[in-house]
Amino acid sequence: MELIEAIILAVLAASTPLLIAATGELVTERSGVLNLGVEGMMIVGAACGFAGAWLTGSILVGAFFGIVAGTLMSLVFALMALGLAVNQVATGLALTILGIGLSGLIGAGFVGERITPAVHLYIPGLTDIPLIGRVLFGEDGFVYFSVALIVGVWWFLYRTRAGLILRACGDNHVSAHALGYPVLRIRTFAVMFGGACAGLAGAYLPLAYTPFFIPGMTAGRGWIALALVVFASWRPGRLVIGAYLFGAVTILQLHAQGWGVGIPSQFMSALPYLATVIVLVLLSRARTGGSTAPAALGTVFVPDR
Amino acid sequence: MQAHQRMLDPTPNGLHSGESPLLQTLGLTKRYGDFLANDSIDIDIWPKEIHALLGENGAGKSTLVKAIYGLIQPSAGEIRWQGQPIVLSGPSEARSRGIGMVFQHFSLFDNLTVAENVALGLDGKESFKDMSARLEQVSKTYGLPLDPRREVWQLSVGERQRIEIVRALMQDPKFLILDEPTAVLTPQEADQLFIVLERLKAEGRAVLYISHKLEEVKRLCDTATILRGGKKVETCNPRLETAASLARMMVGGEIKEVKAPAGRKTTVPRLVVNDLSLAPGEAHGVRLEHISFELKGGEILGIAGVAGNGQDELFAALSGERLSKDPGTVVIEGIAAGHLSITQRRKLGAAFVPEERLGHGTAPRMKLSENALLTGHAASGMVNHGFIDTAATLKTVDRATETFDVRKAKRDPEAASLSGGNLQKFIVGREILRNPAVLVVSQPTWGVDAGAAAVIRQALLDLATAGAAVLVTSQDLDELAEIADRIAVMFHGRLSAPLATSEATREKLGLLMGGSSLEPKEAAHAIGA
Repeated sequence: MELIEAIILAVLAASTPLLIAATGELVTERSGVLNLGVEGMMIVGAACGFAGAWLTGSILVGAFFGIVAGTLMSLVFALMALGLAVNQVATGLALTILGIGLSGLIGAGFVGERITPAVHLYIPGLTDIPLIGRVLFGEDGFVYFSVALIVGVWWFLYRTRAGLILRACGDNHVSAHALGYPVLRIRTFAVMFGGACAGLAGAYLPLAYTPFFIPGMTAGRGWIALALVVFASWRPGRLVIGAYLFGAVTILQLHAQGWGVGIPSQFMSALPYLATVIVLVLLSRARTGGSTAPAALGTVFVPDR
Repeated sequence: MQAHQRMLDPTPNGLHSGESPLLQTLGLTKRYGDFLANDSIDIDIWPKEIHALLGENGAGKSTLVKAIYGLIQPSAGEIRWQGQPIVLSGPSEARSRGIGMVFQHFSLFDNLTVAENVALGLDGKESFKDMSARLEQVSKTYGLPLDPRREVWQLSVGERQRIEIVRALMQDPKFLILDEPTAVLTPQEADQLFIVLERLKAEGRAVLYISHKLEEVKRLCDTATILRGGKKVETCNPRLETAASLARMMVGGEIKEVKAPAGRKTTVPRLVVNDLSLAPGEAHGVRLEHISFELKGGEILGIAGVAGNGQDELFAALSGERLSKDPGTVVIEGIAAGHLSITQRRKLGAAFVPEERLGHGTAPRMKLSENALLTGHAASGMVNHGFIDTAATLKTVDRATETFDVRKAKRDPEAASLSGGNLQKFIVGREILRNPAVLVVSQPTWGVDAGAAAVIRQALLDLATAGAAVLVTSQDLDELAEIADRIAVMFHGRLSAPLATSEATREKLGLLMGGSSLEPKEAAHAIGA
């Protein structure tokens, strides 16, 4: 019983950064931009988030620093990929390399320092309910925020006019431009939202997951978030399922090692990617028409004037 | 800039229904670098008028309407709306003033629903629910039926155009611009569109109608403005002109007539397709179903049909871009070739000219000589023990240039630097110079100026006279009537039985293009419906 509860708690904690980062990337990709720099934005968010929290002693300020850092990183991407119409894949990869280096520089002075991690909710009575109490009512603020975020994004994309315009830019930027929508401005906002989410997801790691900063602590989570968006076929609902599934796999991998199960840990680490490939194959087989990916994803747009 | 003389308006001002023109451009000029896309153009649009804008590709029609719709800013000149000078910051301002536009290349979103597509073209002041209700009402009023919940990729080209028109009508425009609206329609669908346009005119609106179909313009339009090379040539009443006189104004000279050489004989079957069925290769593709025909040497078979009915898929199956499991479905020169690659089919004597010139017919950033090599490497002696014979590739370019009058800046430029007509002449020439036994060509003169089109059509006729079998896919019925011996129609991946060109009236072809059968009973039903 205790073990099951512990596992669920661990899965939630492991899934939350994936969910936040992937939510941001989903919005970015829905506008037609492929930003492969999620890992880079996350790691800079982690370094700056820790720095902010260590300097001020406030988790909230730390989270804010992470968001700002991720947004600034995404602006570098927007300048290159949207402003100068550089290839998005190359720019995204370069952003990741930049981010890893930059985070090492920023975080160098903070390695070995500790902070008090984010507090968990405690509601007398409710939180004490066995099994589900701590899962539902005893999480840190990031977990609740991540759920609110994805619901908000779903509502925005499918229930608001602005969301419709954003999806339209991702489907056909030439048409969107012909109708008079500022495609590049809309995409810049989407990229910035993606950066803010990635920065926050990165900051979650030293602020709530482990209370210290180590270089490279995102450990490929940005890449998993990217795979997650594809796994979810660009739909918010499937993204939630995918995030908790991928989080579970990460935890399973740790426990499997602990229990001495004879599966190589490398295979377990590869599982999220393998699952993404399988889902892609299934989706393309089941598809009757239309396109699951935003049709303009990753293509350069230069408006004529 | 304003010093040039203004052309006389063919209709005296007193006869116009309004006090002043609804929209005027005065000396409108758009410059791209050194290139003048529009050179001080004056045009007056009056209410209750269907005004044709005529001109060849590159004459500046699209640039002019983009400026009127606020998509580009003119370099000089003025636009007046109801007598007042205006500067349009963008299409949404044009729309709010009452200018609507239906694009030639639809500005639709394939993966969104009809209602969402319409909503994106409006200013969003009403709720989505109210908008959907009004959409159904407008589409019913004008006889343009649409299901708001369907996604665009599921719809036919005619239905997609309906979305564009309904979207424009929902803003209650005073002035509607249509850019080549009938290019993608069957003759019957075009007739329905004309009814809608006449109705808009009767309601007091003005329509600017871009086309290069002259008969259509004579039938429908009250006024015609002709552009050539970015300049206005004339404003006239098209009903008082002949198609030939309009064409002369568009081209600026006589067009060489295409003549079928005498003494053409049909010989043995050179391309035979037997019961070819093929599942689509991509998400929005068309399934080919039981296609059969026989094409003899010396013969030109035309394939008509609205775009997107399987012509691209048939081309891919014939060229070997897509292979058939059953070799016997495609027989080239008596040899079963359904399973053979493009190169192997070329070695059998076949040649292919796809629809898309840049990207499919040629690699845009490669030189012409390299592009000649790309299709000629297998059977034209341009490769010597695995090494490219550069001199031979250049000679091919020179021969194509001379024979087909390809105009270019230097001997061997990049493919992308040629104009559409010249590049198409080069591509067709490249294939014809290989003396193919079978030539499969798709939309040979699409977007090509009239002079180049005549050269290409003549070349196809000459090739057939020399004994080759030629298969031409085209949406231009006039073109097929001019060069083809027989015409078959593609609809939903099926090919009708070919009709002799003399029997293939526009009406019969139109029915086949709309999916009706020519069986007496069903044909009667189709007309009754």
